[in-house]
Amino acid sequence: MKAKRGREVLTGEHFWQGDYACAEGAIAAGCRFFAGYPITPATEIAETMARRLPEVGGVYVQMEDELGSMAAVIGASYAGLKAMTATSGPGFSLMQENIGLAAMTETPCVVVDIMRGGPSTGQPTKPGQQDVMQAKWGSHGDYEIIALTPSSVQEMFDLTVEAFNLSEIYRVPVFVMADEVVAHMWERVTIPSQDKIQIATREKPKASPGEYAPFQPNKNLVPPMANFGEGYHFYATGLTHDETGHPQTSSAEAQQKLVHRLCDKIRKNAGKIIRVQKTLLDDADVAVVAYGITSRAALSAVRDARREGINAGLLRLITLWPFPETHVSELAKQADAILVPEMNYGQLVREVERAAKATEVTLLSKLGEDPHKPTEILDAIRRTHR
Amino acid sequence: MSEELVHPLEGFLRKEMIPHIWCEGCGNGIILNSYVRALDELDLNLDKVVTVSGIGCIGRLSGYTNTDSFHTTHGRAIAFATGVKLANPELKVVVISGDGDLFAIGGNHFIHAARRNVDLQVICANNFNYGMTGGQYGPTTPREAWTTTTPYGNIEHPFNLVHLAAASGAVYVARWTTIHVRRLKEAIKKALQKDGFSFIEVVTPCPEIFGRYNKMRTGLDMMNWFRRVSEIRNHSDPAKAEITPERIVLGEFVDEEKPTYGQLLRNMISKVQEKQ
Repeated sequence: MKAKRGREVLTGEHFWQGDYACAEGAIAAGCRFFAGYPITPATEIAETMARRLPEVGGVYVQMEDELGSMAAVIGASYAGLKAMTATSGPGFSLMQENIGLAAMTETPCVVVDIMRGGPSTGQPTKPGQQDVMQAKWGSHGDYEIIALTPSSVQEMFDLTVEAFNLSEIYRVPVFVMADEVVAHMWERVTIPSQDKIQIATREKPKASPGEYAPFQPNKNLVPPMANFGEGYHFYATGLTHDETGHPQTSSAEAQQKLVHRLCDKIRKNAGKIIRVQKTLLDDADVAVVAYGITSRAALSAVRDARREGINAGLLRLITLWPFPETHVSELAKQADAILVPEMNYGQLVREVERAAKATEVTLLSKLGEDPHKPTEILDAIRRTHR
Repeated sequence: MSEELVHPLEGFLRKEMIPHIWCEGCGNGIILNSYVRALDELDLNLDKVVTVSGIGCIGRLSGYTNTDSFHTTHGRAIAFATGVKLANPELKVVVISGDGDLFAIGGNHFIHAARRNVDLQVICANNFNYGMTGGQYGPTTPREAWTTTTPYGNIEHPFNLVHLAAASGAVYVARWTTIHVRRLKEAIKKALQKDGFSFIEVVTPCPEIFGRYNKMRTGLDMMNWFRRVSEIRNHSDPAKAEITPERIVLGEFVDEEKPTYGQLLRNMISKVQEKQ
């Protein structure tokens, strides 16, 4: 079924909520399948997809839980559609099982996690950044994923498009890790015309059905992907497998080869994947490393600090995973101190410490309230500078 | 020169994956055989068939079947298959998995897919226990049966799978055993031709794990039990279709029509698009 022209991309200026912009970004990126389960503060994404997907010929299905949602997303992706789900912490925990399956079977898919306060049911309506390590380490075994973190409603649109593109290029689950504030606030958004939005689609196999090895990688370490129903008669499994897809449950060589490739296809392409934004960092003595809504308070604080004569700067992480390690280690060589404001009790700060080596790194933790105020970050910059 | 002997069903199997992992006397081979014979006799386009399984002994079946196939996480075969079918309605999506996979860890997906009437064909190999992990009790283990985790006999009440399927909304429900191979194959053919959620329970021997702890050491012992106590009661009340050591009620319990989830979904999409 074809949609009428213009309904796929709502080109123009809008005043939108973050969750809404995320859903529109997905549709603009070509997402035509959403399986989910209602959860605060991500419900508006499901509601928007339920209304919008039928308009563009897509499928919205409300599953019985997040276990099933993630499984259905993988099935839809193998059947050839760009597919996504959206959730928050408790649902993200349930999805980890099949996120592992998606990583193992190299399924292009997008998972949006609108972060609230945890652990467990926690504070459903309050913002958090408490799932950022879970995004990397949530499922068992060694694997790599990509996680992006929007800091504005505009980025809820832009980074959701990018998430689909990266998932298709690298055949990997890509997470949009937004905090509740970015998801629920309203801002002006500019949606470009359809031809200005870059769209990536999974590489199709060149081999004939008889010769196709479904997990034989291209030079980028990513296997071209056939869809179900195209005559390839291929098999995929969550078991360790060789390039033909056949289970190899006892071979050390097969295990090493597969796990290395699943990780290396992201690690070795990290330079192409990672995006950061650097503000006033050239001569910074104090650097703030921040992401999501926190980075906007940090930007304000950095500018205020400059007015006071403190050489402060901001490294905003747009990509959380793979972690922008080189950017942080270069920063650490130059700055005397690094400040990491996070809406958790210290998560990404550990990665910053690891990359910063000897440079002093300070966590500015915030839990259970509104996000950091610029003055709180400014005070921390002053203390760090002293 | 001698002519190479070719099995008529060879094209339906991934030869390079065989020998299979199943034990001597296991009924999974009969289920696989019945399934591919049904595909063969219906002359379905194999390019458009997807075979999905979960985890467990029968879970390996998707790997042996020469269709597009997927071996999911434990319990999630139906949820995965729902995604496949809704994304591409042209595909015939068949889920073949075990009693533990479909009704313990995956029970929620089963009842909801049946309720929605997603166009899936679900075949359950019911061997009364978790065979792959060495024989623990599961949701279909009979009362009093001995398993490694019921060392004093099973105190749990088992599910009646055909009753559960019927109550959840399946449009086709049948139960056969692995000695009823022709009826089983015909039931699979019927299910494959039906629109909507169909369910076939196959009572199958597990002599190596379940049988030997319950006085049925060989596949033949278990098959003899099935033969001795089976009663065919077509169109009887599935609520009364018991499985006990003394009686196994078999037959076709439900065969009805109602709109599938896919049909309702596509109708809704068409209506929404017409209004634009």
